[in-house]
Amino acid sequence: MKLTGAEILTRFLADEGVEYVFGYPGGAVLHIYDALHRQDRLKHILVRHEQAATHAADGYARSTGKPGVVLVTSGPGATNAVTGIATAYMDSIPMVVITGQVPTSLIGNDAFQEVDSVGITRPCVKHNFLVKDVKDLAMMLKKAFYIATTGRPGPVVVDIPKDITAEVTEYKYPRQIEMRSYNPVVKGHPGQIKRAVKMMVGAKRPMIYSGGGVILDDASKALTELGHLLNCPVTNTTMGLGGFPASDRQFVGLLGMHGTYEANMAISNCDVMIAIGARFDDRVTGNIEKFAPKAKIIHVDIDPASISKNVKVDVPIVGGVNNVVKAMLKQLKADGFQPNEEVLGKWWEQIEKWRAKDCLKYSTDGDRIKPQHAVDLVHQITKGDAFVTSDVGQHQMWAAQYYGFDKPRRWINSGGLGTMGFGLPAAMGVQLAHPKAQVVCITGEGSIQMNIQELSTCLQHCLPIKIVCLNNGYLGMVRQWQEFFYDNRYSHSYMDSLPDFVKLAEAYGHVGIQVDKPADMEGAIKETFKLKDRLVFLNILTDPEENVYPMVPAGAGLDEMILI
Amino acid sequence: MRHIISILMENEAGALSRVAGLFSARGYNIESLTVAPTEDITLSRMTLVTRGSDEIIEQITKQLNKLIDVVKLVDLAEGPHVEREMMLIKVKTSGAGAREEVIRLVEIFRGNIIDVTPTTYTIELTGHADKLDAFIVALDKAPILETVRSGVSAISRGTKSLHV
Repeated sequence: MKLTGAEILTRFLADEGVEYVFGYPGGAVLHIYDALHRQDRLKHILVRHEQAATHAADGYARSTGKPGVVLVTSGPGATNAVTGIATAYMDSIPMVVITGQVPTSLIGNDAFQEVDSVGITRPCVKHNFLVKDVKDLAMMLKKAFYIATTGRPGPVVVDIPKDITAEVTEYKYPRQIEMRSYNPVVKGHPGQIKRAVKMMVGAKRPMIYSGGGVILDDASKALTELGHLLNCPVTNTTMGLGGFPASDRQFVGLLGMHGTYEANMAISNCDVMIAIGARFDDRVTGNIEKFAPKAKIIHVDIDPASISKNVKVDVPIVGGVNNVVKAMLKQLKADGFQPNEEVLGKWWEQIEKWRAKDCLKYSTDGDRIKPQHAVDLVHQITKGDAFVTSDVGQHQMWAAQYYGFDKPRRWINSGGLGTMGFGLPAAMGVQLAHPKAQVVCITGEGSIQMNIQELSTCLQHCLPIKIVCLNNGYLGMVRQWQEFFYDNRYSHSYMDSLPDFVKLAEAYGHVGIQVDKPADMEGAIKETFKLKDRLVFLNILTDPEENVYPMVPAGAGLDEMILI
Repeated sequence: MRHIISILMENEAGALSRVAGLFSARGYNIESLTVAPTEDITLSRMTLVTRGSDEIIEQITKQLNKLIDVVKLVDLAEGPHVEREMMLIKVKTSGAGAREEVIRLVEIFRGNIIDVTPTTYTIELTGHADKLDAFIVALDKAPILETVRSGVSAISRGTKSLHV
């Protein structure tokens, strides 16, 4: 059947199983928006800024495992989307971004709203395409989805000039795809898996360090089984939270810069480290020379380039995390593995001593609300079962430390790029994907203002997100570093003229609640979550100078933490 | 250590800039780079000379392999190989003595004079990069007007080959 490029695009997206397109119209995509208007299989979510479209698609992808889809116009539409594309790239999130482009005949002419989108996005995409012939459009889109969702996932941009969207050609949904230049390895090398298993069996102080790869590959079930079989401590990166249940006795919490004492001490003292779907990021390792100095390291990752990039490993295994962990389990069971309880008992005894320090304790005696307490209460009141998105800064670390995720895909945050303004639009994508679920955006008064315009999108699409704003009046993480390392010179980390968030929420048609006394907080949070069908902006005025502890200062080893 | 990385990649617009962009984004250095289509016009062959420790070269090859357009690559420095570079060089030759001297040098280096004017010679010379350097040194007295070097092309010795 003959269709225009615009119709091919909308038809293809529906055939590919896409549910939502997050976007914003403009000149170069008018044909596409017209085609959207004339179909009913795709739902389009109109945002208020293109950055929010990418974050919303990202939140949708993180919470479902399906690719997020974005549609923006040329020029500023594309450049506004770049932050969200880079965010998805750093966290390996599957996403397909369609950018409009000026007509082919005008490319390179500095035309109105022209920008080299392929050039600008090249360093922050897994791959990108410029469509030059309408006949290639369907296949390029298929390739885009294939590349975005397989191997180490990531965003793919497809740049479509306006004339291509008007041209007509035959359309057939391409079911099959083959690319000679792209064949990600999914199965781990059996010999390497055997070597790894042998190393695990001989370990006296084993430890699992797992990251976002476990979430992305839906491997948390296998990982949890491996942890239980080995009876070893398990730590998660910020991206990996929920990969192993936080309420499990073997879970020692987050590691790294704001990791727990027990996790960081265990890393520093383990003799065998099993790194699964994690990439030894600088916020995780601290001083690389002092990272896991006593350990032999097994590293499982789908991306060969992540292995031995920062830390030299002893047993590298390239492959899909889920496949490899299952193969390890199979091997361990075939060998009749039983953990040596005597040896492990000593290891656990040591870990319990570290855990007894209770490094995440905080006091609730004062007359100011402690942000940690707020997160604890949100956990209690949502029964630990909410989808939690966050922005970036202190509140993000408190959410990561205190919410306690028992399930994967529940914790949605910009771990790699650290994008302020991520939380609210990401929550929109999550809420659309899970209309009945409780979605909370834990944010700060700095971050929320970076995409606050999306309150309008939330009203239009009836998204009853609960925004929990830990408002300390400061750009808290910046202030904390200035307190610790710049002699309390709070250079531009204080916002003098914050809006009245309650009135602001109301102006956008939502409910605003404010609380500033510890005694009132529980009631306020309960009230917030009781309003099931409304977006509620809960503005919690917290202790302005509270810090995130523990903290490993830049350049220090993980065992050189600052404790409260 | 100097490495010669040979890359077979899809002959698509932008493939070259993906490689160049990767090197600048990650702070790797490119000593020379040549690229042209192969006998199969859907494929380009790129020869890239770079330097770095073993760890850096390992990262470079892994990162290159991650590029979707890269079909295959090999680090030729890992085994026996032949490398060649071509140079076109235009020199000023004033006086019969100087012209004779240049002709002699070209013969010694087994080059060709491919264009002549009363005051200049244009010379074509192929060989290992060292040989081209040596020729430039040997020219010494003849003033060089222009030097054009192709960058290194290389291929492995023996029956091994880089193909799809």
